[in-house]
Amino acid sequence: MSGEWRPGEVDLLVRSLAPKALAALLRRGEDFATAEDAVQDAIVEALRVWPERPPRDPQAWLIAVSQRRLIDARRSESARHRREAAVADEPAQGPTELGDDTLLLLFCCCHPDLSPASQIALTLRAVGGLTTSDIADAFFVPEATMAQRISRAKRTVRDRQFTEPGDLAVVLRVVSLVYHAGHGRRNDLASEAIRLARQLTLATPEPEARGLLALLLLQHSRLPARSDAQGRFVPLDEQDRSVWDTNEIAEGIDVLQRALAEDRHGRYQMLAAIAALHADATTSADTDWPQILEWYDDLVALTTEPDAAVVLNRAVAVGHVRGAAAGLAETDRVSAVLGEQQQWYAVRAYLFEMAGDFASAGDAYAAAAARTTRVAERDHLVRRAARARARLRHQPAD
Amino acid sequence: MVRAATDVADDEESSMPKYLLLKHYRGGPDPHIPFPPMDQWAPDDVDAHMNFLREVSKVLKESGEYVDARALTMAQTWVRYGGPDAAPVTTDGPHPETSDLVAGWYMIDVDSHERAVEVAAWVSSEPGPGGEPMYEWIDVREVMD
Repeated sequence: MSGEWRPGEVDLLVRSLAPKALAALLRRGEDFATAEDAVQDAIVEALRVWPERPPRDPQAWLIAVSQRRLIDARRSESARHRREAAVADEPAQGPTELGDDTLLLLFCCCHPDLSPASQIALTLRAVGGLTTSDIADAFFVPEATMAQRISRAKRTVRDRQFTEPGDLAVVLRVVSLVYHAGHGRRNDLASEAIRLARQLTLATPEPEARGLLALLLLQHSRLPARSDAQGRFVPLDEQDRSVWDTNEIAEGIDVLQRALAEDRHGRYQMLAAIAALHADATTSADTDWPQILEWYDDLVALTTEPDAAVVLNRAVAVGHVRGAAAGLAETDRVSAVLGEQQQWYAVRAYLFEMAGDFASAGDAYAAAAARTTRVAERDHLVRRAARARARLRHQPAD
Repeated sequence: MVRAATDVADDEESSMPKYLLLKHYRGGPDPHIPFPPMDQWAPDDVDAHMNFLREVSKVLKESGEYVDARALTMAQTWVRYGGPDAAPVTTDGPHPETSDLVAGWYMIDVDSHERAVEVAAWVSSEPGPGGEPMYEWIDVREVMD
């Protein structure tokens, strides 16, 4: 039988069924922390047993074993829990709507009382079905540290009602954070975030969930072009567009169009629209900057107090449409808020370079390099600074 | 991210920065309160100090923020390339009294820079002679991804 599984198939199947098993226990009134532990045990058991002995009904298997683990845990605790164990022994109810379960689980894992780091860890475990050890590896912390973080998070959400509606915006942000923790570095997490976003679109008709999925697909489509053979970061305008993943682009654009058709535009849909316009351009020079600028205008208008990061990124589009000087003037508007951050210097350096002011570009790239917290990014910015300064030396004197 | 300048912008900052809290045998700003070296303290004070540092690790583990903690010996060897076909050049000192000498570190994985500063200040309150807080300067450095 084991020959029937394709590589990675067991893992993916177990993990896709895990949230449903957890939801089934929660619907019976089990508390989140205990139920989640039981499902995690069942996942480990499934990964061990299924490759050799595939179950006839994997979902029922996972629920039954989770249930048994839960009862075992109760029994080993003490006699006072026997009564509850008896309740847990009752026959399973038929599964209800999966979509709602996933959403409620995500609301639970992304509870606003939790820090982003805890929201991410809990989401990856309870909804993503990852093991604590996988999550610890992904974030380069010891497994014991991640285990503590998860159990503390579970204690925090323990008394929350499973049926309580949550904040979708927080869930979207957590999925986005998972993606960016993986983007270009920890590939598994990027794929995991796309999987979560996909689950989310099945669980809610909200167009912003589709917007996020589209954005992640479009960003992920460019991953193969983001670094060269030596592992160096390659910015968008220099990427080899022939290695972009056309399937992901097609899906991303399709998902986005269906979201936009709802006519309730939000931040993620707008960012996805900008990503789609980049994906549409066969060369960097073909980029439809005027239309990108329009989407940025919409993004700025989205909030009463303009988001400084959006204003800064809009400045790049302004530079392309109205000239570098106009773009630089836009960056001045947010110097008070972002003036000490690397993004501000990086955007200005790019615009100075566009303007042919290589002295200022070199200084700004160096200032950005000194402020980034990412090694690949720092190396890129240092190379850019060196390139700008080399151009300055070779520039004919006026 | 560089994406800001050249790629679509969705700048979500890393949610879990890591920091190195460096303790020094010497170097850094002038001590807030000068103390003699630990080998001149009362034995109980030395124990209390060590216990405190272990307690820091324990609490960080319980809070899910611990990555690593290490102590370094005082012996220091500087090494450089000796040139083609030459042995490495080394020097063990003596070094100026003011030169930095790292004693060890905690590496933590926390929500924010503010939290890293808070932990560093707690480490700095470690007991010295007579159980008084040492007010030691801690060098807080963000670890790059």
